[in-house]
Amino acid sequence: MRELIKKLVETYGPSGAEEQIRDTIRAEVEPFVDEVHVDAMGSLIAHKKGDGQRILLDAHMDEIGVMVTYVDEKGFARFTPIGGVSPLTCIGSRVTFEDGKVGVIGVEQKRDDADKIPKLEQLYIDVGATGRDDSPVQVGDPAVFIRPFAAQGTRLIAKAMDDRIGCAVLVEILRRLEETPHDLYVVFAVQEEVGLRGARTSAYGIEPDVGIAVDVTRTGDTPEAKPMAVKLGEGPAVKVQDSGMIAHPKVRRLLVERAEEAGIPYQLEVLERGTTDAAAVQLVRSGVPAGCLSIPCRYVHSPSEMVDESDVENGVRLLLEVLQNPL
Amino acid sequence: MILRELSDAFGVSGNEDDVRAIVLNAVRAHVDEIKIDAMGNVLAVKHGTGQDPLRVMLAAHMDEIGLMVVGHDDNGFLKVRSVGGIDPRLLPGTLFSVGPERLPGVIGVKPVHLLQSGEAKKVSKIEDLAVDIGAQNKDEAEKLAPLGTYATFATRFRELESTVSGKAFDDRAGCAVLVELLRGEPFTFDLHAAFTVQEEVGLRGARVAAFAIDPDCAFALEGTIADEIPKEKDASPTTRLGKGPAITVMDRSFIADRRLVRLLIDTAEDQDIPYQIKQPGLGGTDAGAIHLAREGVPSATVAVPSRYIHSPVALLSMDDFDNTVRLMRESLSRLTCDTLE
Repeated sequence: MRELIKKLVETYGPSGAEEQIRDTIRAEVEPFVDEVHVDAMGSLIAHKKGDGQRILLDAHMDEIGVMVTYVDEKGFARFTPIGGVSPLTCIGSRVTFEDGKVGVIGVEQKRDDADKIPKLEQLYIDVGATGRDDSPVQVGDPAVFIRPFAAQGTRLIAKAMDDRIGCAVLVEILRRLEETPHDLYVVFAVQEEVGLRGARTSAYGIEPDVGIAVDVTRTGDTPEAKPMAVKLGEGPAVKVQDSGMIAHPKVRRLLVERAEEAGIPYQLEVLERGTTDAAAVQLVRSGVPAGCLSIPCRYVHSPSEMVDESDVENGVRLLLEVLQNPL
Repeated sequence: MILRELSDAFGVSGNEDDVRAIVLNAVRAHVDEIKIDAMGNVLAVKHGTGQDPLRVMLAAHMDEIGLMVVGHDDNGFLKVRSVGGIDPRLLPGTLFSVGPERLPGVIGVKPVHLLQSGEAKKVSKIEDLAVDIGAQNKDEAEKLAPLGTYATFATRFRELESTVSGKAFDDRAGCAVLVELLRGEPFTFDLHAAFTVQEEVGLRGARVAAFAIDPDCAFALEGTIADEIPKEKDASPTTRLGKGPAITVMDRSFIADRRLVRLLIDTAEDQDIPYQIKQPGLGGTDAGAIHLAREGVPSATVAVPSRYIHSPVALLSMDDFDNTVRLMRESLSRLTCDTLE
């Protein structure tokens, strides 16, 4: 899977500009499903037809990024975040625009509170311009962080693991899944990072009987971390609740039971801040029993998000157990 | 001028009757179907010439920010709270129209002679202010302006040189653009116009309007922030007056559909219509609710730049207004099913 993961994390796709990542994923899944289409909001929906219950699996294909808000007289670009971007991870980072143009994030030096973390408004992107007229970028252009994929032992490190690792899990499932008694819709959703927007509209269209999101979750296993009972390498995490949803108990039980039957390691997850597409899926139309399988991830929303390869593999195995058996 | 009539009308969120009446009167003769929905939105359909099966929604909100009476004190003063985003710095010394009878009211200020040192530097909270309608006592105040009575800025529309000034350009400017579009020639597709309620308190009318219309794509028409007051550093104006309609790429409520943004920009460039990209990341419009309706609706927002919005003295350029109408008309003339392929 490493090659697939590398390809997905390194592809450009901030919220609202998912065309490139969508094309990449489309090429990966098309051979393994009956039908692929793009819905009104831009989410990619792969359908593997079956007679059983309608299952929606969701991973979001967008990533966090920045958008140019202003180009000053000297050609420096101010920006606004797309999704949750911390100034801490910005300084010294490089960003790339859709067509490959590169910029570096700098920080104003004259600050009253120079010993404090600067605000995003005090940062700018240097795109190598000397003035407004020769700036290669314009107001409204989106960009993403640049950071190549790396592997260190079983740890995989990249930008946009959130949630390309979920996308990779779902692509891998489609590759391996031969038979399923279910009617399976796999959604690669847009605009999760700006408010779970794509999942909501896709789920409305699909009207599933059950929804499961695959996304990253935080861990409590780093120095002086806030308490959280999720560790890297201890198995995929079955969501109990987060700040946006309480997982449907039957979906949670289903994931736990399948893991135990198959001897797949898993952890239970309670996330105090943050949520996933499952929260949006749960509330469409008359409501959908929904849950989430999380891949534990350190340094979420930094350009160096870290997951463990075994958690990814076990996540694939666990979801295959769910899909190959009756609910 | 329809903008004058709309700007002067009384229509705080939840109490849009006067604006609705003006809208109905202005567009009835130019549309094929018209109704008022359960929330109070005006939904009108102007049939197209039939070559294109697209359902296109255009939305502009009728409501404006204002105040609501929430209490009366023994001296006959009205205690009020804001409806929508009111800047408390604007309240002292401002004239209001109170209730359906449009009673004149003022938010008084302590005379400068009586100020303690430092007091003038503080902004009064709305909780510490009151609207004075000249009532003698609590009973009279309750009779004239019962709990729940709305108040709006009392400013009247004025024509300056090439600009106009008035209240509620957010979003009566958008309403006026929409009226002008409905009054024009039909397009190839059916145009579904929604004059919405309660945008300022959470995009509420647009949400149900979009559900009912179930459009293939949508445009929110707005009056947006123009902000050219000199700043400490060279880091922004949101939009500039006189530089043409403002196209939104991303704000707090949504990310615009890139195909529709491309259509608007290409049209502006081909037709030599000035335009500007609104500084991303600020504000929100009905498009935020519309784009999430049902299975999702590709959406965009086009706005007339207006200085001092959410104040009694907004100011916009009629050139920008006319160019917004033009940009929308030309863009809609080019819009087909293929635009969204």
